[in-house]
Amino acid sequence: MIVEQLLVSFIAAAGFAIIFNVPRRVLWQCGVVGTLGWLVYTLLRLLTIDTIVATLLSAVVVAVVSQIFAKWFRTPIIIFNVSGIIPLVPGGLAYDAMRQFVENNYDQAIPLAARVIMISGAIALGLICSEVINQMIRQAKWKKYVNT
Amino acid sequence: MRQTEVVEICLLAGKIMLQSGAETYRVEDTMIRIAQAFAIENAQVHATPTAIMFGYDITAPTHFVRIEERATDLHKVSQVNSISRHVSSQQLSIEEADKQLRQVDQQRDTYPNWVQLLAAAFASGGFTIMFDGRWSDFIPAVIVGGIGYGMMRYLHNVIKIRFFAEFLASILLGVSAFFVVQIGWGLEIDNIIIGSVMPLVPGLLITNAVRDLMAGHLVSGITKGAEAFLTAFAIGAGVSIIFFLVR
Repeated sequence: MIVEQLLVSFIAAAGFAIIFNVPRRVLWQCGVVGTLGWLVYTLLRLLTIDTIVATLLSAVVVAVVSQIFAKWFRTPIIIFNVSGIIPLVPGGLAYDAMRQFVENNYDQAIPLAARVIMISGAIALGLICSEVINQMIRQAKWKKYVNT
Repeated sequence: MRQTEVVEICLLAGKIMLQSGAETYRVEDTMIRIAQAFAIENAQVHATPTAIMFGYDITAPTHFVRIEERATDLHKVSQVNSISRHVSSQQLSIEEADKQLRQVDQQRDTYPNWVQLLAAAFASGGFTIMFDGRWSDFIPAVIVGGIGYGMMRYLHNVIKIRFFAEFLASILLGVSAFFVVQIGWGLEIDNIIIGSVMPLVPGLLITNAVRDLMAGHLVSGITKGAEAFLTAFAIGAGVSIIFFLVR
């Protein structure tokens, strides 16, 4: 079951990379970033961890891997970030919320919409977290360099 | 005049990046780097999703570029990025940088249209499975996702109002999902729609918007957020219309 999830998440992430016109030489890496993010997410979900926390942690994983790839392949980090994040985007929830709104079930729509906002926030927070850590590491190295 | 040429390069680089969906901070950073490489130390940049302002000094006249169309073309972002890197390390002269940037600006999409269509279609199928759909709904989602994405691309060219193009494409997507289920190819209309709607969802915009907001680029963050919200609303409303009609 996990294997098929990994396969489809690779297809989805690489497909989105093509839609976003990613450079050809880093196409499969984009798929890999998406697969890793989705792997962490599904594993955490299997451990019955809350969706928002699971999304946050997998966003951090995506961001860290993206940063490593960005250094490695000398391309802007946004290329890996964006395709990696795609499987985590709460499209299904957003759709459910919208459908409830349209069918006049506002009381059911609001909690769904709130979850969508929380999950999007978790994704953004995860991305920022890894960037902050990266900056701190860089600064630490720089200080060491100055002292010696 | 050397200074005007540098300003021109900076604005061209910024314009390409913004039109291709780069983050605002990267645009400003790149422009300042290019300016510094040509010995303009005190350059001032203010980039928003709809316009860039650039002055080579605080008291100097400000130059201005309007951004009309925005798309997602990360290949261009990475190319401009590497050009600016070469400029910073003094490997490129002004003339060469100008020439290369113009080439990037004229470039067409990295992948032909039919490849993008196929990619969107199969990504839709993948999403249906990822949202706990059945494998029997994979092919229907591929078809519906392909129709939705193809219509979106086509209508964007025909209709200049973005919101309306997205709205119409989503209606067609909803209708085709309904038909696919009616003739018995697909089982669960919800899963098919969720999967095939994903290529239209402004995921890049949403992440960029929140990132810009958190990085302190408040104007860009709010503008991008508004754009993303409008698109999401158009898609949600368009897709849901089928339920109105059928109910």
